[in-house]
Amino acid sequence: MTQLQSPAEPGTAGAATAGARTTEARSLLATAWLRIRRSKIALLSLCVVVAIMLFAILAPVLSALSGNDPFTSNTSPEVLDDFETPGLPLPGYMYPSSSHWLGVEPGLGRDLFARLAFGGQVSLTIALLSTAVSVVLGTVLGAAAGYFGGKTDAIISRLMDLFLAFPHLLLVLSLTPILQSRLRDTPLGQGSFLPMASLVIILGFFGWAYLARIVRGQVLSLREREFVEAARSFGSSHLSILFRQIIPNVMGVVLVYATMLIPTNISAEAALSFLGVGVKDPTPSWGQMLNAAQAGNWYLSDPWFLAVPGVMLIVTVLAFNLLGDAVRDALDPKASRH
Amino acid sequence: MEQHAILQVENLQKHFPIKSGLLAPGGKRTVKAVDGVSFSLERGKTLGLVGESGCGKSTTGRMIARLMDPTAGRIMVDGVDISQLRGKDLYHFRRKVQMIFQDPFASLNPRQSIGTAIAAPMVAQKITPPGGLKNRVKELLEQVGLKAEHYNRFPHEFSGGQRQRVGIARAISLNPSVIVCDEPVSALDVSVQAQVVNLLQEIQQDTGVSYIFIAHDLSVVRHISDEVAVMYLGKMVEQGSRDELFAGPRHPYTRALLSAVPLPDPRQARAQEKIRLRGDLPSPANPPSGCVFRTRCPLFGTLGEEQRQLCIDVVPAPAVAGSPACHHTALAGPLAAGVQ
Repeated sequence: MTQLQSPAEPGTAGAATAGARTTEARSLLATAWLRIRRSKIALLSLCVVVAIMLFAILAPVLSALSGNDPFTSNTSPEVLDDFETPGLPLPGYMYPSSSHWLGVEPGLGRDLFARLAFGGQVSLTIALLSTAVSVVLGTVLGAAAGYFGGKTDAIISRLMDLFLAFPHLLLVLSLTPILQSRLRDTPLGQGSFLPMASLVIILGFFGWAYLARIVRGQVLSLREREFVEAARSFGSSHLSILFRQIIPNVMGVVLVYATMLIPTNISAEAALSFLGVGVKDPTPSWGQMLNAAQAGNWYLSDPWFLAVPGVMLIVTVLAFNLLGDAVRDALDPKASRH
Repeated sequence: MEQHAILQVENLQKHFPIKSGLLAPGGKRTVKAVDGVSFSLERGKTLGLVGESGCGKSTTGRMIARLMDPTAGRIMVDGVDISQLRGKDLYHFRRKVQMIFQDPFASLNPRQSIGTAIAAPMVAQKITPPGGLKNRVKELLEQVGLKAEHYNRFPHEFSGGQRQRVGIARAISLNPSVIVCDEPVSALDVSVQAQVVNLLQEIQQDTGVSYIFIAHDLSVVRHISDEVAVMYLGKMVEQGSRDELFAGPRHPYTRALLSAVPLPDPRQARAQEKIRLRGDLPSPANPPSGCVFRTRCPLFGTLGEEQRQLCIDVVPAPAVAGSPACHHTALAGPLAAGVQ
């Protein structure tokens, strides 16, 4: 890491000041990694995030291991109560057991562990893809606004204001059903893809403005730097300057924003699914599971059913948030270097 | 001489409009950053462009490299006026004039390897050198005194002097006819300055490139330049061959500049005439009438009423070789005696 080699050119004091005056280059990620490794909270949250990701990715394997799948219902009177509270899992099936690792769902008797794992797949996919959409849109539009200035900047900036000024939840709530009906006849809108695609598009399109504003500000100062002038002086095209000179220099900021946007989008997916405009039964997602617990008033008689997706959601969002904070601290150029 | 000139600048001007807002009504005023500058540069020679900060020397350099569009005037490169080029023509012109920047820390993209940075001009101009891009970059690295294995290193791994060498390699990669060096050594340590200046001279001998060498350090300019041009507040006040200008400066401003050069020998330094300019550089948004230098001119105070009025009312003719932009050059002799 710190092997600052200064070959040739004897008698220069420049090497010592080199690192201090500009942002670090390739070593940016290496430095960040070093700092993350040194912080216990960062390391712990990273481990949790990785574990949750693996849990979601390996959902088919894990549910096969447990011998259940997320869609098969089992309403036989051996599993679900038939008399007092119809549909409530009997004591042996409500809580974790060797046959159902997290018990079964009330009402339909589906395996909770399998639904949690597959639901995680859906929730995380939506969160990651919508973050990716926001990040790409925000970076490109923000960089274009900052770099080209003038009318381009005016149009994009007003667009940012527009997107930032609208009450998100309200707009998303009203737009999602419209978008879903529009998508229904396209390849994106087939089966369980429909709610996922619509949520990715909606969340993605409503998350770019803030990042775009940050990127625009950075680019405004970057475009005056001499290396951009140098690129102009040998005739690089605007696109080449934008993508080769400017955008690589805002990736630090973008990365920090992206890690903070992921948990926001996880909770947004949960909120929308909970409110009934997102993922719908039988497709599982953590939000949909919360919705199911609330919809049949099951949370009163079977609080475990509410706790499983709820705790999962809290742990995931918390871990991503802490990781985001750690990444921000790690990439902060003003923080002291070790 | 005309046919040898690789670069001819005629009456070059750059005016920046001052934006007037609601709270600061200013009408349509302009800052005349460069106001009627003319000079010519021969193939394989170096023109030193000197003057204090804000005198328009960098703006002049930037216009020649077409990083800024001139307001008026002509820039003839190899007999072709490039001051108004657009689009494809401008793109092709860029091979001919390259630039070396002042700050070796800001002029290289921190996220780009040295090899990529040096190859960038050839990539942008879609040039594939014989033997391949990578080999050419390695050749260039060695030509500027770096090593071929530095190809994959990043700017922060280098010292200021080494980075400036990278900047030089990048500038010469297109085999330009003219390189505008915008204070290329002023950010470097003195010991490194000499190495970089010598490198620039070696490259000139090898390739026959011409330099516009913008600097405020007169000893460096004296070392590298064939011709010297002195600017003050957007105007050319004096120009001439290096030896003439350093031996017998005729414009009071040039005299003041030269008298400020520190001498290594203290005895010599004590004997040296010291002309101290009073006051600050006037705002280029509101320059003095007539001769722009009159507000700080050491000669102005010694003049009679009528001579002063001439300075206030009449703009002196722009300097050409051997004829400074001053109404009272003939009085330069008495000035020297008077100040000592």
